Amino acid sequence: MKMLTIYKRELKSYFLSPLAYVLVGFLLLISGYFFATFVLSTQYALMSPVFGNMVFVFMFVSPILTMRLISEEMKNGTDQLLMTSPLRITDMVLGKYFAALTVYTLSLVISLIYPLYLKIYSKPDFGPILTGYIGTFLMGAAFIAIGIFASSLTENQLIAGVIGFSILLLFWIISWLGDVFQGTAKNIVDNISLLQRFNNFQNGVLSLNDVVFYLSVIIFFVFVTIMVVDKRRWS
Amino acid sequence: MMIEVNNVTKVYGNRKAVDNISFSVDSGEIVGFLGPNGAGKSSTMKMITGFMPPTSGTIKIAGYDIIEDSIKAKKHIGYLPEVPPLYLDMTVEAYLAFVCELKEVPNDKKKSTVDKVINEVGLKDVRKRIIKNLSKGYKQRVGLAQAIIGDPDVLVLDEPTVGLDPKQIKEIRDIIKELGKKHTIILSTHILPEVSMICDRVIIINKGKIVAVDSTENLTDTIGKSKRYFLKVIGSVEKISTTLKGINGIKNFKSKTDSKENCIDVDVETDVDHDLRKEIFFSFAKQNLAIIEFRPVNYSLEEVFLQLTTDEEVNDNENADNIQKGA
Repeated sequence: MKMLTIYKRELKSYFLSPLAYVLVGFLLLISGYFFATFVLSTQYALMSPVFGNMVFVFMFVSPILTMRLISEEMKNGTDQLLMTSPLRITDMVLGKYFAALTVYTLSLVISLIYPLYLKIYSKPDFGPILTGYIGTFLMGAAFIAIGIFASSLTENQLIAGVIGFSILLLFWIISWLGDVFQGTAKNIVDNISLLQRFNNFQNGVLSLNDVVFYLSVIIFFVFVTIMVVDKRRWS
Repeated sequence: MMIEVNNVTKVYGNRKAVDNISFSVDSGEIVGFLGPNGAGKSSTMKMITGFMPPTSGTIKIAGYDIIEDSIKAKKHIGYLPEVPPLYLDMTVEAYLAFVCELKEVPNDKKKSTVDKVINEVGLKDVRKRIIKNLSKGYKQRVGLAQAIIGDPDVLVLDEPTVGLDPKQIKEIRDIIKELGKKHTIILSTHILPEVSMICDRVIIINKGKIVAVDSTENLTDTIGKSKRYFLKVIGSVEKISTTLKGINGIKNFKSKTDSKENCIDVDVETDVDHDLRKEIFFSFAKQNLAIIEFRPVNYSLEEVFLQLTTDEEVNDNENADNIQKGA
């Protein structure tokens, strides 16, 4: 399975450099700070504000996590090895996507320590915590898909990072527009807003509709990435 | 036929990098791809390896179309690009193991394959080192090792010796020669002696077009339609020129006094069809002209190359046409 080959190399590469440690550490530091201050000040055994914070912080972190995925291959010429090997572009992109997703998932897994604390010292409602984690995971997975797409556009990592962040910011801002518009316009904006749907997960609502939406965003950007990588050769 | 290139053209924007070229390479051949910078060598190699599709035309590797049947065709290719495609943060061993997986070397043979290529290209001393810290020569070797993993039938090497020191160049050339016993190799270079040293056949390319295809020896021998000899003679310039004019089949000659050795240097050009060495010898002897040196002159690849790739001189164009017809 070639996808696994790419996945393993990419994951190793994350942990050979300090990048993965720094990013995971940073994400946990910020979310840990919010968790502690929120729980201590309100005395509520709730996680929902923490999820919001994690997603917000990951909006800044994910472009850094994903920006080198494809652009670095182009810059170092290693894409010449991959593209002249019996390897499908789909396998290459998916392998890289899942490697970045694994690093993100790792930080989520470590953050399971928060609900564990709540369980020890209180009686939290695990329903919203579970949906919150699902939502946070899906949101991050969508961010990473957008990030890998940005990385396929240029061989300059920094520019890839900026593009990725800009797209994420755009998705974020769109949800504010929902308050400005009314009627159909508001409907459309709310429907494509990543944030609006995330609120449902935060509040303990798990609907197939929302899950499918995030999956569609992920599949769309991964697919477009594959197209971009393939098309580049023809130009 | 291991490699078949048919009417391949590559256009970047409005510039034709490769202009309708066709050639084929037999199994077991080492073919040199020769041309000045920007001639289209790298573009052609990128198309042969399937990195980049041609604008028009087809390429077949071991019978498989590189676009239609790309996965099957790519299984037969090992490619060393101009800059070796290395993951700088990996160790030599880990990198080669990764390439093994990419090239579908079975898991149980992975270790022995890595050991084998490490021996073959001489990487034993650095196998545990991180690629980033290796010298350029070693990086090039890792690149070469990467290309031969999985024993591909076709090796495509883009300027394999560029940027190395003379000792490293010799070593890499020896490795390539050794590899040529088992693989079909196509290598590009702008260093001419390299071609005559390693290759069976040369394809000369300029401005995206094939200027000449021939065996290395033929190309240097049969350029134009004449043989050349160099003579050192004791005597006078006038006597020599009248003697030479008396021989049938001499096309051209130039003589020059060599004051150091007190003799005259003569360059003679004759028809290819006649061996006039005997006539020249006896005619000179009859005139009491002593020949103290007499040797055939081959055009060096440099001369051939310049003749074929510069079109300022009309005469040279004719030569190029002849070669092309001959090929």
